[in-house]
Amino acid sequence: MQTMSLNQTPDTASVFQLKGSMLAITVLELARNDLEALDRQLAAKVAQAPNFFSNTPLVLALDKLPASEGAIDLPGLMRICRHHGLRTLAIRANRIEDIAAAIAIDLPVLPPSGARERPLEPEPEVKQPEPAPAPAPAVEPQVRPTRIITAPVRGGQQIYAQGGDLVVTGSVSPGAELLADGNIHVYGAMRGRALAGIKGNTKARIFCQQMTAEMVSIAGQYKVCEDLRRDPLWGSGVQVSLSGDVLNITRL
Amino acid sequence: MAKILVVTSGKGGVGKTTTSAAIGTGLALRGHKTVIVDFDVGLRNLDLIMGCERRVVYDFVNVVNGEANLQQALIKDKRLENLYVLAASQTRDKDALTQEGVEKVLMELKKDFEYVICDSPAGIEKGAHLAMYFADEAIVVTNPEVSSVRDSDRMLGILSSKSRRSENGEEPIKEHLLITRYHPERVEKGEMLSIDDVTDILAIKLKGVIPESQAVLKASNQGIPVILDDQSDAGQAYSDTVDRLLGKEKPLRFIEVPKQGFFARLFGGK
Ligand SMILES: Nc1ncnc2c1ncn2[C@@H]1O[C@H](COP(=O)(O)OP(=O)(O)O)[C@@H](O)[C@H]1O
Ligand SMILES: [Mg+2]
Repeated sequence: MQTMSLNQTPDTASVFQLKGSMLAITVLELARNDLEALDRQLAAKVAQAPNFFSNTPLVLALDKLPASEGAIDLPGLMRICRHHGLRTLAIRANRIEDIAAAIAIDLPVLPPSGARERPLEPEPEVKQPEPAPAPAPAVEPQVRPTRIITAPVRGGQQIYAQGGDLVVTGSVSPGAELLADGNIHVYGAMRGRALAGIKGNTKARIFCQQMTAEMVSIAGQYKVCEDLRRDPLWGSGVQVSLSGDVLNITRL
Repeated sequence: MAKILVVTSGKGGVGKTTTSAAIGTGLALRGHKTVIVDFDVGLRNLDLIMGCERRVVYDFVNVVNGEANLQQALIKDKRLENLYVLAASQTRDKDALTQEGVEKVLMELKKDFEYVICDSPAGIEKGAHLAMYFADEAIVVTNPEVSSVRDSDRMLGILSSKSRRSENGEEPIKEHLLITRYHPERVEKGEMLSIDDVTDILAIKLKGVIPESQAVLKASNQGIPVILDDQSDAGQAYSDTVDRLLGKEKPLRFIEVPKQGFFARLFGGK
């Protein structure tokens, strides 16, 4: 009886919750409208700190551009940023032509900022002996957003959610590989491999709507297709978790 | 706007060249100025299927190397006003094409033609990569068997991540699925994958199913694209496919085991 009432969620029950959050986001402030120079200078920065520039979320600040600089080729600018691993989430602008350009491609526009921002210098990745650990710098705790993939993941492709969870809304083909430091969720047919908690997080889990995987692994403990196929839950919605060194597959 | 359409598959021998010739001819038949470009350097056979092999003087590689200009190398089809072929080289090795060279030729073709059809070589190496890199749309040719579907799946991954469109963050390549060499009897017996099996795995829009047909071999031996054999099942199936590519709705044909007529059943059929 009690389970019955659980299913009858009243229509008024909230299906979502809005949460305020302070995300650390990189801001690229453009001083001049010179995309060629930007391309070159970004390339040099990337060479110094390649890890910093890997799908890094970015706000493009155009609000410090003098009015005298001509109209920005916004898609061109975004392409250059993307080429160097910076993914534009929004622009910050006050010039009307920049705002119009952003609206034209459905990109959010943030108001010009008065807030103080500290210059961010990606640490050059030098191969020197590690200096003694410096006193922990006062940076905001870094929240790695969940990586969400909406396109099918094809054979031969590998997707890694570094430091967080991976969500795939489409299907995962045989020969495709999903890796995450956290959990993995697959909402389409799961026919490839999924490796969760690859840096050793034994609490990580794998959730699939239709488990027909080639391999599942949590923190290095794995089961391959031959074992998985024998499981009565093959083909159904399951979660995979680790207790001790045993992988448990249970119905979702 | 001119469109670059690549015909690709991963696996060899699935019907890419047959399809490039049929679709290119079908587009020209419907009034679209079309050129078919053979990217299979070293193994050229598009010109054979198009029946223009004896008129190849200059080829794609000559144009890329600046040894001939496009006008000299383009071969006009002898049947259709709107149709041209750019042949591959038979003598050069596979590395004769460069990305810059291919880009230059394709961009020049785009100025003159409505459709540029790129007939990809097999594999996922350089030649196949060059054929798909500049594409706006892709026809992924698949036979109803596991290895072909796997290779097509891999190719779809490459189309979505290694093309110019994906590298520039532009709208992705539009992907169309074409199942060829479909054999309803063998599907019924479970010897081949069904249409549903294939579309379930590849999960892209199906634009046609071409039956396994004697007409294909007959046509290619005569150097006539099979779509011009409008009495044949394969020719009609290719015609439907071209119409669907151009946005028309058409039901699939030739996908059921032919029903035996009363007399055939009476006398034991085949
Ligand atoms: N629908 C079909 N029915 C029968 N044979 C076919 C069909 N499509 C292709 N073939 C045959 O398969 C072989 C390979 O075709 P081809 O178009 O050259 O493939 P690819 O370019 O992918 O290597 C050829 O001998 C061709 O005649
Ligand atoms: Mg071929």
